[in-house]
Amino acid sequence: MIDLHGYGPRLAEGALVTIELAVLSLALAIVLGLITASAKMSRSWLAHRIGTLYTTIIRGVPDLVLMMLMFFGGQIGINMFTDWLYYQFDIDIFINVNEFVAGVITIGLIFGAYMGETFRGAFLAVDSGQIEAGRAYGMSQWLVFRRIRFPQMMRHAIPGLSNNWMVLLKTTALVSVIGLSDMVRVASEASKATREPFTFMLIVAVIYLLIASVSEWGFARLQKRYNVGYREAD
Amino acid sequence: MDALMTWLEAQLADNSIFTLQTFGYYGEGLTTTVQLVFLSLVIGLVAAVPLAIGRGSKRPWVKWPIFAYTYVFRGTPLLVQLYLIYYGVVFVEGIQETWLWVILEKPFVPALIAFTLNTAAYTTEIFHGAIQATPRGEIEAARAYGMSRRLMLRRIVLPSAFRRALPAYGNEVIFMLHASAIASVVTIMDLTGAARFVYARYYAPFEAFLFVAAIYLCLTFAILYFFRWLERRLLAHLKPASG
Repeated sequence: MIDLHGYGPRLAEGALVTIELAVLSLALAIVLGLITASAKMSRSWLAHRIGTLYTTIIRGVPDLVLMMLMFFGGQIGINMFTDWLYYQFDIDIFINVNEFVAGVITIGLIFGAYMGETFRGAFLAVDSGQIEAGRAYGMSQWLVFRRIRFPQMMRHAIPGLSNNWMVLLKTTALVSVIGLSDMVRVASEASKATREPFTFMLIVAVIYLLIASVSEWGFARLQKRYNVGYREAD
Repeated sequence: MDALMTWLEAQLADNSIFTLQTFGYYGEGLTTTVQLVFLSLVIGLVAAVPLAIGRGSKRPWVKWPIFAYTYVFRGTPLLVQLYLIYYGVVFVEGIQETWLWVILEKPFVPALIAFTLNTAAYTTEIFHGAIQATPRGEIEAARAYGMSRRLMLRRIVLPSAFRRALPAYGNEVIFMLHASAIASVVTIMDLTGAARFVYARYYAPFEAFLFVAAIYLCLTFAILYFFRWLERRLLAHLKPASG
């Protein structure tokens, strides 16, 4: 058996941190992506501009730089804000940025931009006749979204969504640089302490591949579900 | 040039963070980043062409090892690959006695190896997809002319596959530029490394990281426009007829 020098439990905890971080960031990214896609398709000039600015900047800057800006700048920024609140309005609050929360927000913010592009393309692929039909039935905007646009959009969005998820999963490794104890962090500490980098790094690599394989299977099932009613072209 | 420097110095006289020295760090970082990204992309591109051809081979002992390579390198974080090579290279038996150690001792070469292996894996898959998408008729026509497999590959399949791969490859280049930021983790003074240094020295996260983000943004746009220009030139025959 492989000798983990007692790092086994910490590695398992790290893997859990990675998965939690990835899933929560994905949830935030999907919400932000839907908002961004709506903003970019909106008739409002301002909303369109803000959406475009957001996706352009986020996609033009490395994830690690954004992450460092958030981690190192985030606390200072919040402190400046709370100081200002105190001096201006005599409101005394203290907000401490938890590393995990900061990680979720940063990764969610980054992938919200990518999701926005995916969702925008998918929304545009929905037949406009379907939406008109929904409106003709007297459905409200929200009902049209929930019953017609969203389910049909998902069919087109899932390949992109699955792609973004795979990239997001690998991006979570970057939080180890900032100090969060995900599995890469644990493995790199263990590598230095035991001088056995191959053992620990290869285990981490295998765990990533496992998560990727399982999610690939999950997305294939989801795709099948949203493809109901469409026969696959042979 | 001297006039420019004195002007710049005068402009920066009141600025405690962005001194000429700070710009020097960023300048060196820019050079390192560009070197690292350019070298790994070129070597990765050269390696990816035969790998992509092999990836589509009918022989299982050619096809499966290449598939396994691309699967592993595309399925794991680049940071893990970098750590594996950076920490692992020390433990290769007897390497410290050979001449190789002189270059491997510095983090630049392990980072270059990791980046090259990573980008080669992605590029292989991009080219493989493009080769697979070659229209059947083109291959049949080449066969009908009596071309050998090699000639067909050289004259028909690869030139059109490269063109088809161009948009995806442009994305890969941008991806690589952004991924190169993690070189700073193994003490390389690339652009991000310079930003971290400036941050640590002046405790000024916004100035240090926003400035470097702007540089990356400019580089990204430069690559984007370069590939758009290339696509316009090389894919001109695919454009819908105007008018």
